[in-house]
Amino acid sequence: MSKVDKKGRFGIHGGQYIPETLMNAVHELEEAYEHYKNDPEFQKELETLFNEYANRPSLLYYAKKMTEDLGGAKIYLKREDLNHTGAHKVNNVLGQALLAKKMGKTRLIAETGAGQHGVATATAAALMGMECVVFMGEEDTKRQALNVYRMKLLGASVVPVKTGTATLKDAVSEAMREWTTRVSDTHYCLGSVMGPHPFPTIVRDFQAVISKEIKQQMLEKEGRLPDVVMACVGGGSNAIGSFYHFIEDKDVQLIGCEAAGRGIDTFETAATVNTGKLGIFHGMKSYFCQDEYGQIAPVYSISAGLDYPGVGPEHAHLHDIGRASYVPVTDDEAVDAFEYLSRTEGIIPAIESSHAIAYAMKLAPTMDKDKIIVVTVSGRGDKDCAAIARYRGENIYE
Amino acid sequence: MSKIKEAFQNGKAFIPFITCGDPDVETTYRAVLAAAQNGADLIELGIPFSDPTAEGPVIQGANIRALAGGITTDKVFELVRKIRKEVTIPLVFMTYANVVFSYGSDRFIKTCSEIGIDGLIVPDVPFEEKEEFEPFCEQYDVDLISMVAPTSENRVSMIAKEAKGFIYIVSSLGVTGVRSSFSNDLSEVVKKIREVTDVPCAIGFGISNPETASKMAKVADGVIVGSAVIRILEEKGTDAPASIGAFVKEMKEACQK
Repeated sequence: MSKVDKKGRFGIHGGQYIPETLMNAVHELEEAYEHYKNDPEFQKELETLFNEYANRPSLLYYAKKMTEDLGGAKIYLKREDLNHTGAHKVNNVLGQALLAKKMGKTRLIAETGAGQHGVATATAAALMGMECVVFMGEEDTKRQALNVYRMKLLGASVVPVKTGTATLKDAVSEAMREWTTRVSDTHYCLGSVMGPHPFPTIVRDFQAVISKEIKQQMLEKEGRLPDVVMACVGGGSNAIGSFYHFIEDKDVQLIGCEAAGRGIDTFETAATVNTGKLGIFHGMKSYFCQDEYGQIAPVYSISAGLDYPGVGPEHAHLHDIGRASYVPVTDDEAVDAFEYLSRTEGIIPAIESSHAIAYAMKLAPTMDKDKIIVVTVSGRGDKDCAAIARYRGENIYE
Repeated sequence: MSKIKEAFQNGKAFIPFITCGDPDVETTYRAVLAAAQNGADLIELGIPFSDPTAEGPVIQGANIRALAGGITTDKVFELVRKIRKEVTIPLVFMTYANVVFSYGSDRFIKTCSEIGIDGLIVPDVPFEEKEEFEPFCEQYDVDLISMVAPTSENRVSMIAKEAKGFIYIVSSLGVTGVRSSFSNDLSEVVKKIREVTDVPCAIGFGISNPETASKMAKVADGVIVGSAVIRILEEKGTDAPASIGAFVKEMKEACQK
């Protein structure tokens, strides 16, 4: 009988389904992380980067006008959009870049969908004096041209990925291929809570600062925990970051908002938990949008950042055990929420985050006024303005 | 005894890789027959996957063409049944974990056994995860092939000790594809393997011409060639089988030099 190490499992999900070529690389990463996560000096350095560079802690903002307008539960917004680089992605990237640097790596590679993770990685690379290469689906380089320019401005090179559907999943595949060819000096800075172990754990731990702060801020402001915490889910990093410190608080309802695209009854959707089935892909066992023969489905969402056919293994597990629920939100609903939050609170949310705002708009009016909802605004929406304008029929190009 | 061993009893083995359904199943059928008639000792049949993360551009292209042509796992099984009426050399499948898993691992591997598939190569299932498929492979007598890479280092013995059929040695870092430089320490890897097992070793990834094949055959028991075969299909489409036969003949001869 073989000695099989069932590492990195969340229930039945997770694991390390990767080519042999990468096994020693993930083991090396795992060992380094196990060491540094308990190293007070590493944690102190990271905290300094968070607070002095990334503008943490991020605000927990009481959305008074939105609350009054919807007439139900009290709504707080966790303002990850106010972080340096404009999204939650920076939390993970600073952690991984610091870890990579400690491991003696000189080069960061990353995949990106909307471009937020690519920009964040390019930023960290610039800060730490590392080389940076970002893989981005060619389709996404068109949807998010400004972010491509930002990455280049920050000194990174951007490789447009033309294979497959030329979106996020293909960028992940290409980054994995690149890592396979060059493991000695390169760290693959994965952007979400997905991929082979230890990535889902590492990324979650770096993003968990979100729920740690929410908890503290909520206790300061309200003297109690919220009733609901919700966030959008693509791979699921801002959601798991928002959920993590509440998982043991069983009275706090956790809701992930998936991109339903044109609807979960159509093929143009990216709502993995709602429409996918169990599979093995990109290093992990989890839920994936796929056909009856296991071919990965070409998913669709208006949001490049949620346009991914899988979901992180910890989310799959939280779904299995009923600890978190995952709801679909369509393009139309997300665009309405994008406009609603802009007008109501003067906050332009990322189209990804707008999926969570949209569900809050549905849920809040059904709840009593003494209930509290926290919605994570994972990023800011400047990058989406031209695309949403076009969605509304205006002829605006960046 | 594993039937795969037979492939290594005729001098150094030559193992071509062919993606099923590229560009159509009829061409695959004729290509496999041509390869078998011209000296292939074992044939690796690829079941296409939408996102083949371990493949370079050439085999990615074959996967795309085959899927566009409407290939499915069931159609591949039908094709193998037809091939098995003419071809007796060992045949193995090369595909990705999700193709096996989504079909039902038990049902997939049982079918492999019924139609005469002798082994299964799944590049995204390393030693630590082989439990996913190995119990079924043992039950139905299909060899789950182990891979060893230049970066395996301290893992080589662990992997080799439990290897079945043959050991697939990845020649160099990275994905499949035609290349000109190779990791120098392949003979070291083979030496480490030999210390713990007599399961045959075949070297693959990036071997495209008789010179390299000949060089690699001196190091191991066999040589695997994928992208160079697929290039012939890419260039000649349905006319490829005759050229593939000629290529296999040349490569098999080179392996014996």
